[in-house]
Amino acid sequence: MTVLHTGKLESHLRARRDAGRKLLVPYITGGYLGWTDAVRAAAANGADAIEIGIPFSDPVMDGPMIQLASEQALERGATPLSILQELRNIDIDIPLAVMCYYNTVHSAGNERFSHSLAEAGVCAAIVPDLPLEEATDWCVAADSAGIETVMLAAPTAPEERLPRILQRCNGFVYAVGLLGVTGERDELASTATKLAARLKALTDVPVLIGVGVSNAQQAVEASTVADGVVMGASVMRRLIEHDADAVGEYVGEVRKALDDSVGLK
Amino acid sequence: MLTTPGADGRFGEFGGRFVPETLVPACQELEAAFHDAWNDTVFRTELNDLLRDYAGRPSILTECHNLGRKLGIRLILKREDLNHTGSHKINSVLGQALLAKRMGKKRIVAETGAGQHGVASATAAALLGLGCKVYMGEVDVERQALNVFRMRLLGAEVVPAKSGSRTLKDAVNEAMRDWVATVEHTYYAIGSVMGPHPYPFMVRQFQSVIGTEARAQCRELLGTDPDFVTACVGGGSNAIGIFSGFVDTHARLIGVEPAGGAAVGRGVPGVVHGMRSYLMQDEYGQVQEAQSISAGLDYPGVGPEHSYLASIGRAEYPSVTDAEVIEGFQLLAKTEGIIPALECAHVVAWIAREAPNMQGKTVLMNLSGRGDKDVAQMMDILG
Repeated sequence: MTVLHTGKLESHLRARRDAGRKLLVPYITGGYLGWTDAVRAAAANGADAIEIGIPFSDPVMDGPMIQLASEQALERGATPLSILQELRNIDIDIPLAVMCYYNTVHSAGNERFSHSLAEAGVCAAIVPDLPLEEATDWCVAADSAGIETVMLAAPTAPEERLPRILQRCNGFVYAVGLLGVTGERDELASTATKLAARLKALTDVPVLIGVGVSNAQQAVEASTVADGVVMGASVMRRLIEHDADAVGEYVGEVRKALDDSVGLK
Repeated sequence: MLTTPGADGRFGEFGGRFVPETLVPACQELEAAFHDAWNDTVFRTELNDLLRDYAGRPSILTECHNLGRKLGIRLILKREDLNHTGSHKINSVLGQALLAKRMGKKRIVAETGAGQHGVASATAAALLGLGCKVYMGEVDVERQALNVFRMRLLGAEVVPAKSGSRTLKDAVNEAMRDWVATVEHTYYAIGSVMGPHPYPFMVRQFQSVIGTEARAQCRELLGTDPDFVTACVGGGSNAIGIFSGFVDTHARLIGVEPAGGAAVGRGVPGVVHGMRSYLMQDEYGQVQEAQSISAGLDYPGVGPEHSYLASIGRAEYPSVTDAEVIEGFQLLAKTEGIIPALECAHVVAWIAREAPNMQGKTVLMNLSGRGDKDVAQMMDILG
């Protein structure tokens, strides 16, 4: 069995979790108007890491909010290169992961893309349409470039599948909270904590619930079982409807709720 | 015989299963269920009975004496336009809807371009008592209003896809998003030989009835195989269906693409909609929007087996322009009294253009759909 190298993202998240903190990873679409300010605002207001979306023309895992953000970012001329270039100069002290669809990687080539991430100071990649069976070539390239590969686990996974996913996963495990695409929901789906509990029983890698975690209260609810949350649509709505300051304020609000829930000050 | 993909779902270096993790177990379940059904004589008998008694198979061959004489070739049509619902799509949808029922699914979702697959899906769902939701690009909803009405008449819900280019590509995105959310009780009936494994393989198997029939019919009519086997290619299901009967003959296999959606002709390998295949994309891998007069071919990708057949040189993928298609549409109508679907008019256009290089040869064309749905659009164009 391959033992995966524990990279910077995973070490950082483990250390914070082991100190009793619940983890908060906001998602921000790269290239959207004001996105770098939003990244800095999120970092300044208590994010533990940030997921940067590289916009793609056909984002099948994303609901209307992130579709809109992606479309507008592309209209503004955002490219993987321009986004990574801006990340080099972003100067924040928490780890960054990118979320990109596989054609973005495929088009550049696995090795070239993973190196360009490393050169931009990105720690990890989340590729939502690259399931375990298709991930081998990417993982070889990513491992060799020192990029951690965050794997997704879904509520539909049969029991025997989860250990195989976990074996290939580093950074954190992205537990898909519900059956569906990204977007805000009125309530946290019951699938979210069920899946997180299954994963927690199998691994020591941080387990974060993403997709459908829509506000501070849901983040707290998810984190009663999981190590933390990824929040996308609710963050991007604040950037789309308001500005980077609203993102910072929101991240601060969720941070406080998570800290209060575990008695941290 | 065409190849059977292995567990990795590959045709050479094309195909695969690039889907969100949520859908992987569903694709695996489908792969097993299809394998089981395809090898079950009860299922095959039930399907063959429906194809015969409901869809009207076998479809006939029609020799085009007038147009053939005019062009200096022997031109034979495989009349998939005469199937119930007016295209070859019914072949695959009856199979998939039976499979959906066998798997205990209550509802099917489908994407559609021109509306032919949507109509076939709505039809099969009505017949077999399944719920049906069809995603269709907003642009196509407008230019194929007749088919939208047909689908609604058949009891299906038609949802306009409003993102991106608002055509077939975006209808596929919306159908996949629906399926991600409803996978436990919903079957996704993909309309072409595209998508994640096992769809390209499964849909081909369902469409291979075209090639199997055509080969035997050609032997009877011609005493031999045709020199050319031709079909239009968007995703490529009617083409792979007819190619499947002739891949081991001397026939040249020609898949005609629209100039504005020439995935094989102008694309490079990429990954979208669950598969690795030729794809029209920019230097950063953003999928480009196709531009075709024909909603059914308005797609920037192509089924992975076509990419494979192109890569090994077994099939060729020339393209024709919209202007040539408009001529081809009228040519078949005026010389043979057959109004082809705009998709098939691409093939007529290619045959008319290349006839000087095919003098005395026998050309089999898959007339995969009838043109009634396109008449309103052509009225606008021709004035």
